[in-house]
Amino acid sequence: MDRSLLIHVAVLLGLTALAVTAAPAAEPAADRQAALVHMVRQDCGSCHGMRLAGGLGPDLLPARLADLPDELLVATILHGRPGTAMPGWQRFMDEAEAGWIVARLKTGFPELP
Amino acid sequence: MRTRLFVPLLALGLAACASAPPPVTSAELRGTGDLGVVIERAAGRVQVVEHSHDSRLGTVEGLGDLSHAHVAFSRDGRYAYVFGRDGGLTKVDLLTRRIDRRIVQAGNSIGGSVSQDGRLVVAQNYEPGGIKAFDADTLELLADVPAEYAPGKFSRVVGLADVSGQRFVYALFDADEIRITDFSDPRRPVTTRFPAGRQPYDGLVTPDGRYFIAGLFGEDGLSLLDLWQPQAGARKILAGYGKGEEKLPVFKMPHLRGWALAGGQAWLPAIGRHEVLVADARSWTESARIPVKGQPVFVMARPDGRQVWVNFAFPDNEWVQVIDTLEKRVVHTFSPGKAVLHMEFTPRGEAVWLSSRDSNRISVVDTASFALRRELPADAPSGIFFTARGQRIGF
Repeated sequence: MDRSLLIHVAVLLGLTALAVTAAPAAEPAADRQAALVHMVRQDCGSCHGMRLAGGLGPDLLPARLADLPDELLVATILHGRPGTAMPGWQRFMDEAEAGWIVARLKTGFPELP
Repeated sequence: MRTRLFVPLLALGLAACASAPPPVTSAELRGTGDLGVVIERAAGRVQVVEHSHDSRLGTVEGLGDLSHAHVAFSRDGRYAYVFGRDGGLTKVDLLTRRIDRRIVQAGNSIGGSVSQDGRLVVAQNYEPGGIKAFDADTLELLADVPAEYAPGKFSRVVGLADVSGQRFVYALFDADEIRITDFSDPRRPVTTRFPAGRQPYDGLVTPDGRYFIAGLFGEDGLSLLDLWQPQAGARKILAGYGKGEEKLPVFKMPHLRGWALAGGQAWLPAIGRHEVLVADARSWTESARIPVKGQPVFVMARPDGRQVWVNFAFPDNEWVQVIDTLEKRVVHTFSPGKAVLHMEFTPRGEAVWLSSRDSNRISVVDTASFALRRELPADAPSGIFFTARGQRIGF
């Protein structure tokens, strides 16, 4: 990991920490949860695999994510990872929804309905 | 099934000789030139279809994780080699619609291809990074060619294409290289390495098999290798097409397989940008850019080259646009359904089949009038592959 990336991640972490403390996360509504599950399995799945076992992007399975801080993962989803193919998804979800996805990824992600 | 059908005939004593092959009724006989396979990605299943009458013939189940599945065909058009994300390689008999053979050959795979002589099936893998060659009849492993680029480091392989002389060309996403592996002696493959640009994400060969082009994710441009004189090395083309502008997030990697060479021009997806890039196929310099509705994923020429069809990455993936290659502009925009993942032309291009994952259907569209010819139900369909691919270089 080069230095600029580290700084970038640090800034994102700071921003995310602020936002997370400012707005306590609420559970998305049921139909929104279904839409998020669909988005993760199908659209994140184009790089991470529909079963999230990895592809051009790394796997998103609980074993690998367990030791990574939630804030880092939320920041990665919302803002992407510079220098990699990971784009930011903030146009398509808010902070709380990204947090909900991270929590589900860490415990075993729901299957498609 | 065939044996069972003929039991009554045997009973009648019409086929008394046990060693003679059973006679086949004309109703059972069919060619394979109009057959195809539709991937039902979430169900681990394929549909076997035919495009003479646009119908589904049956399904074959038990193929594993088919996200990013790819299909290649035996040269007789009878067998489909289905490559699954989970490393499964399944040889499906399109006539009996049964699994002929199945192996799990890797942990994470994205496709494969068949050799010039039809005797080898080669898979390209992310995990373990490399390619593997199998006997096309038995799926016996003949050679394992790891994509090692530093001691103990293996790259994910992208863009595998079969070319003449039992050679396969591919690119290394993690190692910025193009490689050629020659399987003339299948158990003793010989690999040649060429430095390419940063992070090649997919590759293609021209229809004559002469040029291999790798799309680059890590920089604006593509890497071109002339396979008639590979010793000259790979060179950069369309370099800096997004120069001076902020890099855009890419919500789905474009695919170059099934790409477009039409009217002496190559039609290529720009990375991130809402543009199709057009390059002169002799000088390989940029000749035009066509603004389109989203980030292109597939940019495919109708077989006669007069039209180029484009689908898009999330969130514009319900749209399809058609470019007229003479006028170099979009002439038709429509939505066949939600999440259009793939398109496949009939071999002579009068129709195109489009898969709409989230609308659970295949749409067959007339390419002259753009009229909807037929809709076929399918469970979250992704790739559509017709057997005519088996007769083409690089498919």
